[in-house]
This record gives sequence, structure tokens and C-alpha cells, in this order.
Amino acid sequence: MIYTLKRLGLAILVALAVSMLSFTLLHLSGDPASAIAGESATDADIAAIRAFYGFDRPLIVQYADWLFSALRGDFGESYYFQLPVAQLIGDRLSITMTLGICGITFAILTAVPLGVAAAVRPNSMIDRVALFISVMGQAMPSFWFGLVLVVIFSIKFRLLPPSGTDGWQNFVMPTVVLGYYAMPAIMRLTRAGMLDVLSADYVRTARAKGASEMRVMFKHALRNAIIPVVSLSAVQMGFMLGGSIVVESIFALHGAGYLAWESIGRNDLPTVQALILIFALFYIVFTFLSDLLNAWLDPRMRVG
Amino acid sequence: MAKTIETVEAALSGPTPGQVLRGRIFGHRGLMFGGVVLAAICIVALLAPVLAPHDPYSQNLLARMQPPVWFDKGTWDHPLGTDHLGRDYLSRLIYGARISLLIGGVAALISGLIGTLMGVAAGYFGGKVDTVVTFIINVRLAMPVVLVALAVVAVFGGSLQVVILVLGLLLWDRFAVVMRSSTQQLRSMEYVNAARAIGCSTSRIVFSEIMPNIVNSLIVVVTLEMAHAILLEAALSFLGLGVQPPTPSWGLMVAEGKKMLLFEPWLIAIPGVALFVLVLVINLLGDGLRDVSAPENRN
Repeated sequence: MIYTLKRLGLAILVALAVSMLSFTLLHLSGDPASAIAGESATDADIAAIRAFYGFDRPLIVQYADWLFSALRGDFGESYYFQLPVAQLIGDRLSITMTLGICGITFAILTAVPLGVAAAVRPNSMIDRVALFISVMGQAMPSFWFGLVLVVIFSIKFRLLPPSGTDGWQNFVMPTVVLGYYAMPAIMRLTRAGMLDVLSADYVRTARAKGASEMRVMFKHALRNAIIPVVSLSAVQMGFMLGGSIVVESIFALHGAGYLAWESIGRNDLPTVQALILIFALFYIVFTFLSDLLNAWLDPRMRVG
Repeated sequence: MAKTIETVEAALSGPTPGQVLRGRIFGHRGLMFGGVVLAAICIVALLAPVLAPHDPYSQNLLARMQPPVWFDKGTWDHPLGTDHLGRDYLSRLIYGARISLLIGGVAALISGLIGTLMGVAAGYFGGKVDTVVTFIINVRLAMPVVLVALAVVAVFGGSLQVVILVLGLLLWDRFAVVMRSSTQQLRSMEYVNAARAIGCSTSRIVFSEIMPNIVNSLIVVVTLEMAHAILLEAALSFLGLGVQPPTPSWGLMVAEGKKMLLFEPWLIAIPGVALFVLVLVINLLGDGLRDVSAPENRN
């Protein structure tokens, strides 16, 4: 219980610090008022906009104001769409979440079996293939991998749509790209964990008492090796949602990442501000969950 | 008789530690491959003005989108063809290596300085310092890197200096994490205690007792973060908020080629493969260095 509260307190502090940092960073940019007004605006126009949005107040007052509204779910109004940011983001988040869940599922479903197979026969053919796949995944720029998939599956074979958000077909390639990005770390950890566990005494004992190989693998070995993998996956999920901005913009998938990219181009500060906070919150929530999960699965962790 | 003694002595003494290390380095295939290819790329980048057949910036609208030499219409005048403005693709690729290496190298240097300083301080002093540094690391990890980098570059403008600085200031987390735990392990070592007991100053302990023992893991992190910075720069430039045209950044070249994806897929294939190879060899070098410096962690 104390452990949970401590973690929760830390998570809240981190969220506050991130929001403060990103707020300062974006407002250091000079004058948002002249950016909104455009190039042909007169000084009087700019002054009016400054007063309207409250840019003439001290930064700390603006931050406090923004933070208290944000806590109530009000992230201000988008400069570009003239709509409440919360409404704008709400529509897009479900797409990013869907993509994130599909991506992590793809990553786990490929990484864990491959990692286990590699660990069962170290230095075998399958181990080498697994290593090759993970080394490739770490070096491949995800935006380029996405374009290669488009060339193959959309242009050459015309199997999948290259862009858009119309149906499940639009999610296939983004899922593969995002999943492949998260996969190498999960695979390496599964392999290392399995190697560790397979040489443990309790696995030898299980074999000695005559448990079947299947039972040894799944009941004794994998169950213990999977603990760090579960928590890594939660952390990777947080990372992936932040990284979905690249993938969404390649495939013009209209999720929160795509909105972030567009909003940065449009100088739409309230939207960018809210999105940075939301992506940070995703990461914080997933690491928090992974800490709790770890503590629940492995009581030794609760001391920390 | 004398000969026998020599043989016995040779057999007893065995190879020197230097020979063992050299043997390990030269016997490690990934490390050798990564090192040699990376060195070759560095040489090409350094000699770019000599090696590039054309000026990477000079446009020739009469010779636009010529295919590479292995296509029917390709010519040896432009071995990798020309882009949508008629600029020689090979020359741009060669000059692009400079951009990627410069960004990767300097960003890793900046982030290495920040991260090592924080990590060593946290690991060595512990207590409050450690709490504060751990908190800062947590905050940094929670910030979505791509999004923050894009926003900051949009604000300050996409010059090479800004991109390098932003990446350097964002990518220090792994340095701090690794250096912190390595220093923690060393802090209570006997030789560190001994140095403290004979009255060595903190800076002396850190620089002559701790640093030499963490420099191996430092080098491994440098390679990882260099690869990370190169990939991120390419992604930022691809999204239009990194290095700006007409700079021959590989990420930018992919972005420019994207418009011609339908008809000229080689325009994105060439810079993409270049990026892939560069990051791959840096990673292989890093993995190899880790294996060689700590053979017990080989798996």
C-alpha cells in the first residue's frame, strides 16, 4: 500500500514537471500573438490578440491558469479549428490507442515465441534468425520501413490502402511498422530471461521429477521469465504511443499523433501543449502500471 | 635443452592480456564488420569534396530524375541518378553522410556529457543527489521525444545547430541511467574505499578510480545513442521539422523522394538503405564492444 502511494505520488510529480517544462518551452518561443495574427497584422491587432488570449500576463500566471483548466479537462481552444482542444483530441485518441494496442499485440506475439525458441536452442539456426530480425528492427528507420511496405503492398500488389482511416485495412501496415519498432527489445529480454531461468535449479528439479518438456517450458520457465517482459511491454506501450506520430503521418492515419504533427506546423499552441501532456501521461500511467504489476508478480520488488 | 625450457616458458606464460584483447577484437565478426564499414563511411564523409562527382547543390532541370546506372536509361555520369531538381544523387548521398555523422557524433557528445555528469554524481553521492537525479531522469523519460523535438525545432527554426542541440539535450537519459548504476556498483569497491581512506579528493576518486572503470559501458552507450540520434534526425527531417532543404540530409532525401514513390521508388530506396547501413554498423560496433569488454555478458 505504501509502495503504491509512493509510486503514485512520484507519478503525479513527474506529470507536473513535464507539463511545466513543456509549457515554458513552448511559450519561450517568442510571441504567440504575432504568430496567430499572421504577417499582415498591425500592432494594434497583435495587442488585441495578446490581451484576448492573456499572453500579456506573467508566464507563471498563464501556467497556473492553464493547469487548473486542464485538471478540469479544459485544454483551451485550438487556434486553428476554433474548437475546444479536448473535443478535438478526444476524437483522435481512440485511433492512436487502437494503433498502440494492435502494435504492442503484434510485437508480443512475434517477440515472445521467437525469444523462447531462440533461448531453447542457443546458437541454433532459429537463434540466429531471431537475432537477425531484432538487429534489422533496431537499424531500420520506421518512416522508411513504412514507405517500403507502401511500395510493396499498396503500389505493387494493391492489397492495402496506402493512407487514410477508413477501415481495418488502414491499420495493418501501421501496426506492423509500430510493432516491429517495439519488438527487438521485447525479444531480447524474453531470450535473456528464458536463458537465465532454464539454467535455474527449479527447472532442473522439474525435469528431474519427470515433468514433461512442455510443462517445464510453460509452467516453470516461461512463467518466471515473462515477468520482466510484461513490465517492459507496458513501458514500450507508452513509448510507442509517443512514437506513433511518425507512423501516423506516413500513413495519414488521423490519430492524435497526426494531429500533433499538423498542429505543430500550424503553430496551434494549445493543441500541441495538450498533446505533449497527454502523451507524457500515457507513458507515466503505463510505467506506473508496470511498477505495480511488477510488485504484484514479484514481492521482492515492493521494498524499493 | 635451452629450447625445451623456452617452449615450456612460452606455454606457461601464455598470451599477454593485450594479445587476448586483440584476439577477442579481431575474432569478433560483428565488431570487425561494424568497425570497418563505419570507418569506410567516415572516410567517405571526410573526403566528400574529393569523392563526390558533382556539386550536391547544383541543379540541372534538363536532367531531372535520371535513374541509377543499373536501369536501362542510367548513365555513368550520374551513377545513382538525379533527383527531382536534377541534382546528382550520389553526391548528395556522400555529403549526407557528413550530416548524419556530424549530428550523431555531436549529439552523442552533448548528451554523453550531461548524462555522465548526472549519472556519476547520483551514483557516487547517493542520498538526496540520487533522488533528485532519478526524478529528473523520470521526467525526461516521460517527455515524448519526437513530439517535443518537433515542437522545439518548429519554434527555433530547423537549422543543423538547433537539431543537434535539441537531440543532445533530449537523449542523455540512457547515459544517466547506465552511469548511475555502474558508479553505484563501484562506490563501495575496496580500492575506492582505500582511495578515500588515504585522503584522496572527490574529484581524484571520480576521475582516476571510477571513470576508468566505467569507460567501457560509456563507449557502448555512446554508440547506441549515436545511432538513436541519427535515426531521430532522419525522422525529424522526414517530417519536415529537422534539417531544412537544400541540405542533403538522408531523411530529407527520403521525404523528397516520397512524392515520386509511385514511379521512382529507388529515390527513397537509396537514402533509406544508406541510413539503415549506417545505423546497423554503429549498432554492431556497440554490441561487439560490449561483448569484448564483458565476455561474461555475452548472452
